Formats: sequence, structure tokens, C-alpha cells
Amino acid sequence: MSILSLENVGKSYGNVHALRDVSLSVRQGEVTCVLGDNGAGKSTLIKIVSGLHPHTSGSLLLDGSPVSFGSPRDAQSQGIATVYQDLALAPLMSVWRNFFLGNELRKGFLRTLDIASMKRICAEELSKMGIVIPDLDRPVASLSGGQRQCVAIARAIYFGARVIILDEPTAALGVKQSGVVLRYVVKARDAGLGVIFITHNPHHAYLVGNHFVILKLGRVVLDAHRDELTLDQLAAEMAGGDELAELSHELRGADPAKVVSPSVVERGSVEAPGS
Amino acid sequence: MTTITELAARDDRVASRPFLARLLSRPEVGSLVAAVVIFLLFMAVAEPFRNVANIGTILYGASTIGIMAVPVALLMIGGEFDLSAGVAVTTAGLSGSLLAWNFGLNVWVGVLFSLVLAVAIGAFNGWLLLRTGLPSFLVTLGTFFILQGVNLGVTRLATGNVASAGINDMSGFSSAQAVFGSEVSIGPVNLKITVLYWILLTVVGAYVLLRTRIGNWIFAVGGDAAAARAVGVPVRATKVGLFMAAGFCAWLSGMHLLFQFNTVQSGEGVGKEFIFIIAAVIGGCLLTGGYGSVVGASIGALIFGMTQLGINYAGWNPDWFRTFLGVMLLLATIVNLYVKRRADLR
Repeated sequence: MSILSLENVGKSYGNVHALRDVSLSVRQGEVTCVLGDNGAGKSTLIKIVSGLHPHTSGSLLLDGSPVSFGSPRDAQSQGIATVYQDLALAPLMSVWRNFFLGNELRKGFLRTLDIASMKRICAEELSKMGIVIPDLDRPVASLSGGQRQCVAIARAIYFGARVIILDEPTAALGVKQSGVVLRYVVKARDAGLGVIFITHNPHHAYLVGNHFVILKLGRVVLDAHRDELTLDQLAAEMAGGDELAELSHELRGADPAKVVSPSVVERGSVEAPGS
Repeated sequence: MTTITELAARDDRVASRPFLARLLSRPEVGSLVAAVVIFLLFMAVAEPFRNVANIGTILYGASTIGIMAVPVALLMIGGEFDLSAGVAVTTAGLSGSLLAWNFGLNVWVGVLFSLVLAVAIGAFNGWLLLRTGLPSFLVTLGTFFILQGVNLGVTRLATGNVASAGINDMSGFSSAQAVFGSEVSIGPVNLKITVLYWILLTVVGAYVLLRTRIGNWIFAVGGDAAAARAVGVPVRATKVGLFMAAGFCAWLSGMHLLFQFNTVQSGEGVGKEFIFIIAAVIGGCLLTGGYGSVVGASIGALIFGMTQLGINYAGWNPDWFRTFLGVMLLLATIVNLYVKRRADLR
């Protein structure tokens, strides 16, 4: 069952077509991986789905009916949560305030913040991800990059009821923390969420993905199910397929094992490649 | 809670922070230390400072600054400046007075008109800022000059003078004066009603900032507006709301000015905006936004009140007041920075 689907969605900024005719569908309990090199249009795709920018052509379907999100708040209220590459945390605010930012719990007649509950839930959700922050009043800026990523993901999963979009969640992480994040991706899938996993790492994608979409220069160049694809094929497609073959042909004479004895290099004596 | 403490105990790299360190990492600590030092200094050198009856005078001086320092601090935490805050007070006082006087209306009509105008000026600042994407420093510098000129120009057009005409013989004046300019005596201490407004604003401001959703949003839009927007915080509404709050407080100050002195000098208020900002900075607000305290800003205002009168009481030449303020500003910010760093390391 497809929760969210894009049909021929396009986005142009003035005369720049950042995204053209992109179709993809996100199914419940599946991980859809969107791969692409820098500038392929991954970020634009996220911005459309998460409600930051409206699309300029095509249609966005939620449960089969067309929608257009006016704001991130709008998208969130319809169950679409996003973890951004730049994490979307306010650095000087405490961990629990960041966790509940935009979704604050309130109680009583004066609608006061329910600080005790928020701290408790925040600590519980973070310990589920395997990170311990004893003082939730600490500013987020004092956490490590991995911890910050975990806060952002735990927050999105806690609030993201149906579809969660992860924008390169493993890009800035070490091997162990990437493992934690990937395990969380699987957990989110098992909980019945539709996961959009944006990455440029085919190895990470193949570990968890059900469905793979490769973007290049704003277009879909590959849309395949896991059964139709091996990791090597995915990596080759991702690296550009034909382009990689061409590059290896070009560099054939480069002899990567060669070691050159040290010598003084005169200014201007190194030629530009291809000249 | 047990699971959390168990887990915390497992990770032995992080010890819990001592209570004192946590206390010292609060934003208003620097200003509190400074306030105590200044209080002790003037207690030592200025004889009249020790007189209990002068508490009222000191608090009055602090309150006229504090009423504006509270919204200015909130605005700074929200990442914006308001350089027009000082002259907006004068605009509020003048507009109410001139409208009522010129058309012979009940004074309260002028009061309401002034409220609408002051809040509208705040909303205009916020709207222009978001519309153009210019830094608030420039936008409010523009409104600062516009209002300064309008204050002088309109007053001269209406009265042929540089001050608004006296309105104490008009209907509604005495009741309005009771609201904006009255005084209560508690023992030997005479407290102006502005002191009450100041304390009320501080309490409400601190409550809103730390205990409500809106406060969370204020911190977020100042700390990282893009991040705040991405998680669904209404950034525009929050910022415009903060400017409107500054407008409201400018109205309150302006009404006090009008009903305390009966006329308003149209050139007044220039330079006050920096005093409000300094009070907020002494109180621990970062110029870059996202961090600060309303209580701190009020302590900053109290420091001003004490210094202003303390210098007089000590028999020093009041020419040195501004120099003293500059030194205070630098010292307070350095102390803030130092204390915060030390506390965060612990």
C-alpha cells in the first residue's frame, strides 16, 4: 500500500530545472532509498515532500489524493517527518527543548509547558537509541555530531507517525554510529512507517533498502526493486555506470601503483589534465 | 526515571554536574553579581543611598528602563534588534496627547489611538524585516529616524511648539493619570505605578519565555531560524509578535511619560534604545540571539537605576554617568562570558 507517491513531479527555480518528471512511491513498511550525487536534486526532492518548497509541476499524492503542503508544519500534521542533513536543531537550546520544538507538550489551564513529561519522554526515546545524556538541560551545541544526529532522528521517529524522511543521516557519522542509525531505520520500517532514505552511499542503502531510486541531474535514471539489483550493480549505477567506465578508460595509463621519486617542482611545470 | 539514572550510571565518562556549576551557567548570573557589587559600592560611598525612602526613587528610575528592557531582551533572544524603541516611546506619548488635544476629545480616546499606533509601528518593523530580509539593525534604524522626524514635525504642525500642549484640564485626564502615573506609599517608601508594571512585565516575560510554547519558539527563531521553520515553528508570526510586544511596552512607557509630566518633549527618547539594549546585554542576552534572560534584563535595568542615582548621591559629577555605563557594559559582558565558560567546562 503506497502512502505517499510522486507523479511526474518537477521543480524549477526561475530558469533552473532542479527536478524534472520524478515519480516514486513510498509504501508502508518499506524503505525507499533515493540515491544521487551532489546536485542530483535529492535536497530539492526532500524540500518538496517536507513542505519547505511547493512543487511547480506534477502531483504529490497522500493516500491517493493530491496534496500540496503549505509549510513544514502542514506536512508534519499530515504525518510526514523529516530529519535534515543540517539536523535542524537550535544549538543554544537544551536537548529536551529541541526534542519537542514545534510539538511542545502543554498542560493545565494556562497551557504551561509540561517540562517533567517532556524530559522523561526525551530521555526514554534517546536511551532507546542507545545514547545517554545525563543532563538534558545542556545545550545541543555541547553534544557530539553523532549524538545530535540521534536526537534529530529520535525526535522525527517519535513524532513522525507515517512517513519519515532521512536526509543523509549517515553522511557525517563514524562506522559504529552509522550502524546505530541503520538499525533505527530498520526499526522504523518494522513499526510500519514508510521510510525515505536519502544517501549517496550505496552500501548503506543496500543494507536496509527495499526499493532504489537513483537521481541524476534532476531526473530519475533508475527505479528498481531489491530483487532486480545486486549491490555491485547499484554501486556501479550510482557511480554513473557508463561514466565510470569512461573514467577508468581515461585513467588507464595513470598507473595508480606508481611512486615518483621526490624532486623539486618548478612553478608552472605541472600541466592541467587534458591540456 | 529509574531507567535513566541507571543508564546514566553506566556511562562513566560523564559525571553529573555540581549544583553550583549549573547555577553559574544561568544567563543572568553576571548581571546579578554586578548588581550586588554596585549596590555595595554605593552603600559604602553614598550616604543618601542608605536612606530607605530613596528605594522608591531608585526603583522608579529602574522601572522606566525595565519596562522597555523586558521586550527588548525578548526581541534580542528572538534574534532581532529594535533601535526605534526609544523614540517609539515618545511617539506613543505624543500621538495620544496631540490627538486628544487637537480634536478636544476625551483623553482615553488618545490613549487607545496611541496603543493602536504603537503596536502598529512594531508590526510594521516586523513586517518590513520579514518582507525585505534586511537585518533588523537597518530596518529599525530607518524607523528610528522616521519617527524622530515625525515626532518633531507633527508636534510643530499641531502646536507650533516642540512639546505637546498640556492636557491636564481635559476630560479623562485624572482617571488616566491614576492608571499610568499614580503612586502608592508603603511606609517611608513611595512607589510609582511603573514599578508595579515593570515587575509584572518581568514576571510575565520570564514566564512566557521559560514556561510556554511561545517562549520555546522565541529561543528557536533566535538560535536558528531555518531549523525552527523546518520543525514547524511559525517564525514570521513569532518575530512580528515580538516587535508588537515592544510596541505595546513603548505605549505603556509613553503613557507614563504623558500622564506623569502632562506634556511630552518631541525630541525625547533619542539614545534610550541603546540603554534598553545595554540592559538586556548586561542581563546575559547574546547579540546573536537564541540565548538570554528576561530576569537578567530587569537586573540590568536595576543596575542603571542604582548607578544613575548613586552617582548623584555620592556627589560625583553626573557627566561621568555614561562613561560608567560603558565600563559596566564591558565588564558585565566579560564576566558573563567568563562565568559561562567556566561553568560549561565543569
